Amino acid sequence: MKAAANDFLLYDRETGLYREDPEQAVRDDVEKHYWLHVGRTIVKDWRLYVMLIPMLLVFLFWRYFPMYELLGCFKVSDTVVPVSDQLFSGFSYFKRLLVGGDSLSQNFWMAMRNTFLLSFYGLCFGFPMPIILALFFNEIRSNAARSVYQVMTYLPKFMSTVVMTSLVTMLVKQGSLVSQMGIVSQALVKLGIISEEVGNSGLLNNPGFFRAIYQISGIWEGAGYDSIVFFAAIIAISPTSYEAAQIDGANKWAQMRYVVLPSMLSTIVIMLITRIGSLLNIGYEKVLLLYNTKTYVTADVISTLAYRTGLSGGAGTGIASAAEMMNNVVGMLLVIGANTIARKASNTSLY
Amino acid sequence: MKRKLEVSELIFKILSYLFLTVFALLCLYPFVYAVSASMSGRHAVEYSQVVLFPKEVQFEAFAMMFQNNMFWNAYSNTLFLTLYGTLWAMGVSILGGYALSKKRLLFRKTFNFFLVFTMWFSAGIIPQYLNYLQTQTVFRAVGIMDDKWLVVIAMGMAAMNIILLRNAFENVPSEIEEAAIVDGATEFQVLNKVYIPMSKSTIATVALFFAISRWNGYFWARQMISNQNEHPLQVFIRLQLEQYTDPEQIAGWNRIYASDSVIYALIVCSIIPILIIYPFIQKYFAKGTNAGGVKE
Repeated sequence: MKAAANDFLLYDRETGLYREDPEQAVRDDVEKHYWLHVGRTIVKDWRLYVMLIPMLLVFLFWRYFPMYELLGCFKVSDTVVPVSDQLFSGFSYFKRLLVGGDSLSQNFWMAMRNTFLLSFYGLCFGFPMPIILALFFNEIRSNAARSVYQVMTYLPKFMSTVVMTSLVTMLVKQGSLVSQMGIVSQALVKLGIISEEVGNSGLLNNPGFFRAIYQISGIWEGAGYDSIVFFAAIIAISPTSYEAAQIDGANKWAQMRYVVLPSMLSTIVIMLITRIGSLLNIGYEKVLLLYNTKTYVTADVISTLAYRTGLSGGAGTGIASAAEMMNNVVGMLLVIGANTIARKASNTSLY
Repeated sequence: MKRKLEVSELIFKILSYLFLTVFALLCLYPFVYAVSASMSGRHAVEYSQVVLFPKEVQFEAFAMMFQNNMFWNAYSNTLFLTLYGTLWAMGVSILGGYALSKKRLLFRKTFNFFLVFTMWFSAGIIPQYLNYLQTQTVFRAVGIMDDKWLVVIAMGMAAMNIILLRNAFENVPSEIEEAAIVDGATEFQVLNKVYIPMSKSTIATVALFFAISRWNGYFWARQMISNQNEHPLQVFIRLQLEQYTDPEQIAGWNRIYASDSVIYALIVCSIIPILIIYPFIQKYFAKGTNAGGVKE
């Protein structure tokens, strides 16, 4: 048998024979020496892998180790000890939260409902606002004027949650002997939206107003900034589309209906799906800074309940972790589901 | 060719100017009110005579703030956290994002998943708290007594920002990298001399994201920093708010300004640095959101 140039590929060193199929031979070879190959590539390119190490370590230590800590929801402990030293308790915490019948279980269901409702109202009221803003921004032809409006509406986004909630707290604060109620409460009383007593007792002390305050401050904070994405979708529309519509005699409403909205649709769908995906991931910081003992009925969400149960002298870290675990698992399923739908619907996925 | 506006277009135009003006003014009003109330007299603030402009102007509330050592302490702590936190996060993110942007990286998909999974699933407050407690113990054992370093190193990393950087690096043409390698550049030189200069705007955007979130960080700083002198500004503001809205604490208030003015002054002082740099960074933020990581 005469040896060709690439016959070395067919030669099997162990048996001393030539194999038939060169492709199979290569595959066998690669498989046999897979880890050797991996090792060689890494050694050759070691700088690239060294660059990766800090990031991997940071995420391992402070993102993945807490997930290991989450196993505490299956364990029993009264004090703060490593998870590995705790006793296994199975699903007892979950059972107690879901069907316990005591006040803890009631609080859990209340918090679950509040978490869902706060997000859901955000979807109903907070979501359309940036779209409306973007449509209006588009009407302003002068760049300078539009920039002024944009600068003004984006601004609250850059304030910290603490500053924002402090301002909200001060603007709707209760009246007392030495000072009157907050300026916004007064305006609402003058407009006849709330009564004098309600304003005087402080809107943040009234469970009936928490959701409204949460949503309105959310719109104040985020609507302008969130409109950027939608506005980008609108300015991507070619002017010729408008011209064609105008020649066909479309008035403003028809242009909106047949030119602008269809072009924005994919952006709207993606943002909506993302929003649905994060239905259960509510920002706990804002709730924590706005609520108080009087408004737990409408304000308490899973994270804040877990915070009180686990950290500030509550029933323990195990049961608090169990509550968060349920919230986060459902939340993750929603995110993955929403992302899959987005990918199917528009060939765009967020992750 | 100038076309005459139709009636419907005119209505819509007027409507949008009207709506945007009202909305923008409402967005701005709380800040304007805070500025006015911080420098109005006691009677004017307590009896709500301040609506838009300051009345019975005084600057005592600011003076009191500036004389408070805790305030300057908090300010410098926030600067510390913002500066070192951003540097650390950017260092880690740029290196990681660069490595992930390379097609030749083995197990690239696994590493990406490792990163993205943290966006889907977070352990929650309690496990994170327990984890930070252990980290604190380790840090103390190594001799890092200052809890600010715990906040700088352990917190604030964001997978989304790394993905933004990764996407920016992927968009750099690989021919340039090959040319640099032919010229004898090492991996670090390629990153330093080619990739970073070519993705300047994304890097600026991501750095701003980190810096703003560091400047505004509150919850974990309050949980993990036990020493009062190490508290950042946001924690300081919140503690002051809790103190000055407590009727018992302000029972014998006898100054020429209202107790509320202290809070407003504090809020004004804390947002001034952001207001100063805001006009310059605003366009980066708009760009960063549009870059929005919609890619795989």
